[in-house]
Amino acid sequence: MEASANSGEKMARFERLVLPHLDSAYNLARWMTRNSADAEDVAQEALLRAFRFFDGFRGEDARVWLLAIVRNTYLTWIRRQSPQQNATEFDEHLHTDLELSLTPESDVLRRATLEQVRSAIEALPPEYREVILMRELEQMSYKEIAAATESPLGTVMSRLSRARSMLRQRIANERRTEVKQP
Amino acid sequence: MTSHAQSNLLHAYVDDELDLVRSMELEDHLAECADCAQQVASFRALRATVATPELRYRASDDFRARLMRHIERAERPPVREQKLRSLPWWNWAAAAACLLLAIGGLLLYSGSRPDQVLERELVADHVRSLMATHLTDVLTSDQHTVKPWFTGKLDFSPRVRDLSVDGFELVGGRLDYVDGHSAAAIVYQRRKHVINLFTWPAKSGDESPHATAQQGFNLIEWTQDGMYYCAVSDLNQQELGEFVELVRR
Repeated sequence: MEASANSGEKMARFERLVLPHLDSAYNLARWMTRNSADAEDVAQEALLRAFRFFDGFRGEDARVWLLAIVRNTYLTWIRRQSPQQNATEFDEHLHTDLELSLTPESDVLRRATLEQVRSAIEALPPEYREVILMRELEQMSYKEIAAATESPLGTVMSRLSRARSMLRQRIANERRTEVKQP
Repeated sequence: MTSHAQSNLLHAYVDDELDLVRSMELEDHLAECADCAQQVASFRALRATVATPELRYRASDDFRARLMRHIERAERPPVREQKLRSLPWWNWAAAAACLLLAIGGLLLYSGSRPDQVLERELVADHVRSLMATHLTDVLTSDQHTVKPWFTGKLDFSPRVRDLSVDGFELVGGRLDYVDGHSAAAIVYQRRKHVINLFTWPAKSGDESPHATAQQGFNLIEWTQDGMYYCAVSDLNQQELGEFVELVRR
């Protein structure tokens, strides 16, 4: 009797603190896996883990706590999908060229279609994609992103800076090819 | 400021993450530097384009309902019986036989330890460390750099050995948080295989090496001279065993 009362309490607390962030969890999983079936798998596994480990939750920011779990679940998942492939294909070429490229006009960026923005984000390497998502779609602060990605603040800042440069370049390129095509 | 502002600073400014003083300094610079001002305008435009609710995915009602059923089931412990009761008896018998075999195999394999939580956590840490940028906090093949690096960051001093002569290259070290306390992760590599050697002060006496497997990774753990150790890798168990013997020497 006592056990069931406790677990009912746990469930109520979980529903109150964690479940409101289900969309955030799903959004992150969806952007990282890039398709809805895998996103549901990853999000479901993450939420179940969150529930299992909920006793260890000490009342910090529940969204940050949950997103850190989603992220770890995703990392485990991606390793299972392709054990040979390193989780991040590092695009050195892109990195070195970026600083030299011209700053795309603000207008070009403003007029990008939803589809162009979506594919540009999806093309980002995972560790850059996640900071863009957390910053722009989740509106998280640098400190919250650092906590959710378990990285130092400096790493978050340099990744965000790189991610935006890459994103800007990709969107501008897509716009340009679109204009060239008759 | 005469040269261009650091790009991290421009982004922190765009994100309202700069303190007042630095934000004013930067604004002075932007008033004079057209290039940096254009960068800021361009990144603001990018933010406006990306931060749109249409790009945010939402969990479907269907998924939400399914998830709730799973969580409720996880809440009630006797899951297995509920599931199996609805199956025909022969199916149930076959499942029971399989289960017994599986449990038997598992017990033999893991040396009958029911508690796999720590192993799971260590494997998760290992996997996380394989993200290119997460592997090490201090990157060096010099044991005399790795060891002092840990000092001051941990309340214990892990033993760091150079095993490159034996084909296990020391890659570096990393701070980790495992099982509710700080841990040192010393990273080695053999061919393309990364080995994470986790260590922290043990709560119990010496224990000889004990091998398990989790999600396709091999683990060997032991306790020696008051320290707990666990080596995790996708390396085959025999070579991981050799590694452990070298560490234990």
